[in-house]
Amino acid sequence: MKIVTCIKRVPDTEARLKIAAGRDIDAAGLKFIISPYDEFAVEAALQLREAKGGGEVIVVSVGEAAAAEQLRAALALGADRAVLLEAPPTLDGLVTARALAAELKDANADLYLFGMKAADDDQQQVGPMVAELLGLPCVTVVAELELGDGKILCHREVEGGIEVVEAPLPAVVTITKGKYEPRYPSLKGIMAAKKKPLEEKEAAAGPSRVRLLDLSHPPERPPGKVVGQGADAVPELLRLLREEAKAL
Amino acid sequence: MRASPALACVVPPRYLAAERQRERRLMPRFQPIDFYEFDALLSEEERLVRDTVREWVDDNLLPVIEHATIERRFPKELIPQMAELGIYGANLPEEYGCAGLNSVAYGLIMQELERGDSGIRSFASVQGALCMYPIFAFGSEEQKRSWLPRMARGEVIGCFGLTEPDYGSNPAGMRTTARQDGNGWVLNGAKMWITNGSMADIAIVWAKTGDVDDVASIRGFIVPTKARGFSARDQKGKLSLLASDTSELALQDVRVGPESLLPNSGGLKGPLSCLTQARYGIAWGAIGAALACFDEALRYSKERVQFEHPIGATQLQQLRLVEMLTAITQAQLLTLQLGRLKDRGTARPQQVSLAKRANVSMACDIAREARRLLGANGILVEYQAMRHMANLESVYTYEGTHDIHTLILGQELTGFSAF
Repeated sequence: MKIVTCIKRVPDTEARLKIAAGRDIDAAGLKFIISPYDEFAVEAALQLREAKGGGEVIVVSVGEAAAAEQLRAALALGADRAVLLEAPPTLDGLVTARALAAELKDANADLYLFGMKAADDDQQQVGPMVAELLGLPCVTVVAELELGDGKILCHREVEGGIEVVEAPLPAVVTITKGKYEPRYPSLKGIMAAKKKPLEEKEAAAGPSRVRLLDLSHPPERPPGKVVGQGADAVPELLRLLREEAKAL
Repeated sequence: MRASPALACVVPPRYLAAERQRERRLMPRFQPIDFYEFDALLSEEERLVRDTVREWVDDNLLPVIEHATIERRFPKELIPQMAELGIYGANLPEEYGCAGLNSVAYGLIMQELERGDSGIRSFASVQGALCMYPIFAFGSEEQKRSWLPRMARGEVIGCFGLTEPDYGSNPAGMRTTARQDGNGWVLNGAKMWITNGSMADIAIVWAKTGDVDDVASIRGFIVPTKARGFSARDQKGKLSLLASDTSELALQDVRVGPESLLPNSGGLKGPLSCLTQARYGIAWGAIGAALACFDEALRYSKERVQFEHPIGATQLQQLRLVEMLTAITQAQLLTLQLGRLKDRGTARPQQVSLAKRANVSMACDIAREARRLLGANGILVEYQAMRHMANLESVYTYEGTHDIHTLILGQELTGFSAF
């Protein structure tokens, strides 16, 4: 079983982001991680490989040279080898998807896993686009995977229930939070990652047609209002809830 | 299991169920100030090791330490988790089932564990530096292959028997004896202040094989704690390291086979070289405890309002915080250099003494000042400062007291022994 998992380097989701003058995120002193949904996908790949008792998990990332750090982190978690397709950052999902498709078209993997979206730009484009470019079936926002004979069963959490859908292999699946709690890398795994192959090459990336114009923090929330104390404040509170907040 | 990080961005975050759970935690993910770009001095692998243990401490150690402290018990449930991460003897070679990390990565592990609790770090120090290390350094190939992989997996827990009721700072005077008896040995004596003593499967016992004055006759033995005549008793009445097993050992005609002797041990150099390993880990660990207290104090100073402004807006508390940051930054840089020297193979025991002495003293001061900054809340177990403060009094005292390290360094400087 050969599984390709595509991951993205994103700012630590717990970091307080600052916006630099050039309208970009200020990367100084910022910690970067594997996008959490992609980490679920890596975990899913590792669990499938373990359940199958063998196989290969390949992690692929499109990004700047620094993304090698996240690929090595995935190798430390247990992936077998990694490929970095170097390209400048883009908001154009199709550019990223084309770079991946060009690399993966001859990969002959059984399964292509993605996080359901990247934690930074939140666009949910790349997985389905790669499926389209490779002409493969695609199931999105999957919480749990089950291998069948030549097919994959995908458990999707839908409004009020669980839906199980089936697709023939090879297929593209995007993963959401569900069964796959990421493991900690073991310290041995971190050491072993150094010896695993990490191939770095230029991405076949075209020009970006989507541009970032502006980046700003949301407006600060206005301070709360204290309408009074004790039971005396209740009528005023009711009036405000009814007339201003229109909550009643 | 590992909690996934909250998904926050420039746009308002949309939380998943698990992330909502994380929000309820009292503590946010630990992210200390890196005032001097210390991280840039670490390799990617060293950072990944540290961040992995850091996350594990946030997710698994901190949630249990408060209760363990109140209940005065070592949280044994953490033993297999630490084994799975590969923490025990992490700086020993892979061929013995260990992770083969360098000294800096190993030190960062100790820092993060002690950021959680000195008792947990002590457990790992004893298992790795005081039990696995002597087997690695003084054991036969057969002993290494037999014990080290099982100890790395946490299946065999060790304790280290050097200190005696009447011989603490002066281990050369030890009274415990080992007498040859046929092929094997018979051990007699008592050991005190033994971390892990009651739960250990084996004890590394140091004993004199010759005369009571013959320091050169000190040898190390791997003694199974289930051997007849071996008993351990929990040390009652501690007000420090409450989440740690501290015991007294009694050896009464304990008969062990020839395979128990560490063949390459001889003299006080054996146990002292183990202590150098452990003291090195303590130097890092103290930074962890200091970071925890500093972080807690800093957050508290911004939240606690008195006289209509946060107490962090007062000069008195700012002075406290600035002193803490300064001391921690100095300790980080000093200890990293010690680690680099150790990896180069040129670190000397006296240099380790300086770091242990300076860092633990620094951490004691920071824990106390943090506790004071926290006011009355500072005496509660739900805050960390007083737990660290009480723990660090033990750390100040064990593995060579602060005063003994002063004498080691005094002798190094002047050539005069003042012991």
